[in-house]
Amino acid sequence: MQKDFRLEWRQRAALNGMLLYVSSTVFVCYLSFSSRGGQLPAPAWNALFWIVLLFSAVNAVAKGFLQESRGRMLYYYTVVRPQAVILAKIAYNALLLVGLALVAFTLYSVVLGNPVQNVPLFVGNVLLGAVGFAGTLTLVAGIAAKATNSSTLMAVLGFPLMVPMLLLLIKVSKNALDGLEFEASRSALLTLVALNLIVGAVSYLLFPFLWRS
Amino acid sequence: MKNWWKVLTVVLLLYVAVAGLLMPVPRLAILNESIRNLYFHVPMWFGMTAILVASVYYSVRYLRTPTPELDIKAHEAARTGILMGCVGLATGSIWARYTWGAWWTNDPKLNGAAVAMLIYGAYLVLRSSFTDEQQRARVSAIYNVFAFAVAMPLFYILPRLTDSLHPGSGGNPAFAKYDLDSDMRLVFYPAVIGWTLLAFWVAQLATRISVLKLKVYEKQLA
Repeated sequence: MQKDFRLEWRQRAALNGMLLYVSSTVFVCYLSFSSRGGQLPAPAWNALFWIVLLFSAVNAVAKGFLQESRGRMLYYYTVVRPQAVILAKIAYNALLLVGLALVAFTLYSVVLGNPVQNVPLFVGNVLLGAVGFAGTLTLVAGIAAKATNSSTLMAVLGFPLMVPMLLLLIKVSKNALDGLEFEASRSALLTLVALNLIVGAVSYLLFPFLWRS
Repeated sequence: MKNWWKVLTVVLLLYVAVAGLLMPVPRLAILNESIRNLYFHVPMWFGMTAILVASVYYSVRYLRTPTPELDIKAHEAARTGILMGCVGLATGSIWARYTWGAWWTNDPKLNGAAVAMLIYGAYLVLRSSFTDEQQRARVSAIYNVFAFAVAMPLFYILPRLTDSLHPGSGGNPAFAKYDLDSDMRLVFYPAVIGWTLLAFWVAQLATRISVLKLKVYEKQLA
């Protein structure tokens, strides 16, 4: 398990690319809104932030499976159990997305202002979201990598599957923006954790079948 | 008799069509006669859930013992589920036009149902993007189980967390409360059973056609 993780870590060539991708997306947002002048209204700020995160997540996770060569897959297959592979991949993607999300949040609040009133809740929510995106998208990336037109398929399969999560995330982060206390968003947060667990468990159970082909 | 449930389907649905449109219903403000949509709109979602459960069941069985028949069953059941869902959206939309005054409102329940349909639409896209049949069957079975696990919270959990205009949530009356009197139950329960059975009937016929096509294809190859 640890070894897999290190293997994943070794091919982090995409990491710098992803960082640049996030920064340039945020900057494009900034430039396109700066012409209007003044602060963005909070709901728009929120929506834009999650759209940036969504697209960078899809791009970042898609790299993981699509770039892998056939030979190396075969090598993994002989060495480790499939469950270890999926867990390592989810863990790696989760870390990657958490990093990306934090970088995105920092940059975003620097250039577009930071209207968040309850920062710990917002950051916790972003972390949960990053882990959830990683769980959902890792299996989707694995599925899409098997098909012929993978990059289109990745978007078609991934976006609808992420909507339940995204709805909850946007709701909680709206609460954090408005500075509501923790009680107001507790049930949504719990559902989010439950959804993450469901997605993780289903990926864990299903991946061995996907791996075999 | 082997086909008793098909006879039952026909009898129940005839009864629902006649009694559902003619039997007395309670007079409620705003809803008025449109309350009869309960017999057609709500059973669609019951039927869709049942047929999607069947589809997941066949997908899991396919992953355990891969045979082309199980794949066809899972596929046709999912397609029937999508059909039921689309009819459910359409009946709901028509109802909303005359009750709420708009074809579509920005409501968590409506949006959840629409996104769930998108998730299953992606299932069909996924199927069509494989050339190898075995791989297509295996990967789409995996996606089917995954999609079910993600789509069901959209229907049954998320709308309950937020306020909604839709009957049955956010304090609006639903069929469990006072507005469904015993007369309506007499039609509603047969309607649920009838439409669900119809979904299974459609899926069975579609499966037979697909299996026949597969056999003809294999014969041509031989």
